[in-house]
Amino acid sequence: MIEARNIFKSFEGKEVLKDVSAIFHKGKTNLIIGQSGSGKTVFLKTLVGLFEPSLGEIFYDSRNFTAMKNADKIKLRQEIGMVFQGGALFDSHTVEENVRFPLDLFTSMSNEEKLDRTNFCLKRVNLVNVNHLFPSEISGGMKKRVAIARAIALNPKYLFCDEPNSGLDPKTSIVIDELIQEITQEFDMTTIVNTHDMNSVMGIGEYIIFIYQGHKYWEGTSQDIFTCDNKELNDFIFASKMFQKMVRG
Amino acid sequence: MFFILTFMGLFFHFGRYAVFMSRVLRRPEKHKVFFKQLFIEMDLLGIGSVGIVFIISFFIGAVITLQTAYNLDMPLIPTYAVPVATRDSMLLEFSSTLVCLILAGKVGSHIASGIGTMRVTEQIDALDVMGINSANYLVLPKVLGLMLTAPFLTVISMGVGIFGGWIAGAATGAVTSADYLQGILYAFVPYYIFYSVVKTIIFAFILTSIAGYYGYHTSGGSLEVGHSSTKAVVMSCIYILIFDLILTQLLLP
Repeated sequence: MIEARNIFKSFEGKEVLKDVSAIFHKGKTNLIIGQSGSGKTVFLKTLVGLFEPSLGEIFYDSRNFTAMKNADKIKLRQEIGMVFQGGALFDSHTVEENVRFPLDLFTSMSNEEKLDRTNFCLKRVNLVNVNHLFPSEISGGMKKRVAIARAIALNPKYLFCDEPNSGLDPKTSIVIDELIQEITQEFDMTTIVNTHDMNSVMGIGEYIIFIYQGHKYWEGTSQDIFTCDNKELNDFIFASKMFQKMVRG
Repeated sequence: MFFILTFMGLFFHFGRYAVFMSRVLRRPEKHKVFFKQLFIEMDLLGIGSVGIVFIISFFIGAVITLQTAYNLDMPLIPTYAVPVATRDSMLLEFSSTLVCLILAGKVGSHIASGIGTMRVTEQIDALDVMGINSANYLVLPKVLGLMLTAPFLTVISMGVGIFGGWIAGAATGAVTSADYLQGILYAFVPYYIFYSVVKTIIFAFILTSIAGYYGYHTSGGSLEVGHSSTKAVVMSCIYILIFDLILTQLLLP
């Protein structure tokens, strides 16, 4: 479980997050939704420790991440896997080297064990015969899958995904969403996905928070989302004409 | 007002550079991974620069010889004074300072743009999330890689420059081969080689750390990567020249 308590974050006097609190549960796919520029990515990066919150606290299973010493933070980060918007694969490394990278740095496994684990992770994300390709030689969807494989290499307790569907076609987006959900349940992780894709909200959203102009405006499940009377949330959800027709007839 | 802002900017960068270097100069996470990276960087930055050092040094040596011969064309000055000037110019200044200025352009821009691209494509964030000291992982092998290989480049440059002078002198008839060989052995001070190597090691540290600093602190997109790369080259050149002056005053008796 990850808990954010009263998070504020500002950059050069401009407040981006304003008193955001949320509890993300274990074994569930938790979603952070909101328009572009609402503060979703800043919130996710604050949760993961890439930004220090200006105020507030973050707890990982009751361990206060914000108050931790640097050495303890580094240890805790080995329990975190993250999938970045663009994949963030290391360009100079092959697919296999990318997935193997955390194993090389943080385990004392033999080469055979590392190769087995790498192949297991790649197979888990349905990638075969790509070990020796470079990121520039694979498609956007494959990059995301390699990024997921790298994120789960160390068997993390917490998985963060920053807009995993961005730049992907609808079919591949669903595949990636389903993969994230399957992995979350299979490894019993606390997963937080940052998205503004309504297909993801409907498909995998078990607990959702809606961020608007840096505030948390709403929280609930994908079932609750259509019955709420929050104007900003409704404007966001029904921005797509196709979605309006589907839901409202 | 302009001077105050420039001064404040200088302090800001100095402070941030100090913090950055305190992260770079830490014990590596895993020695096996570090040494692998170190050898890759030694090959890429050092051995990969042999060609350009060879070409530049050959022509610089040749030009120094011809220019000196032209200027010393007087009956009272012996011809072997020309190779003495070539040798001492190469040893004292060109093989260390000029080679490092060239490397600042080649290696500095390569480091800054490489790390800058990693920054804007979130690859550095990915390292940080994994709990890796990204500054140390990315920059330390480059700093040490060039510090270890640059002295060899300097020594190569000295030899090739002197050889270039010989070829140019003999080919144009400005200095005969016999005079040239006599000149390069005349009043030779081995300390000059040590002085030049020390300067090179310090310049290698300056150029790799400044390039790493500008690359690491890139923000924005590909345009900013280009800006960081340019800034890295310009600032490396300026600091190399400042330290050239300081080290010359400190090291030469």
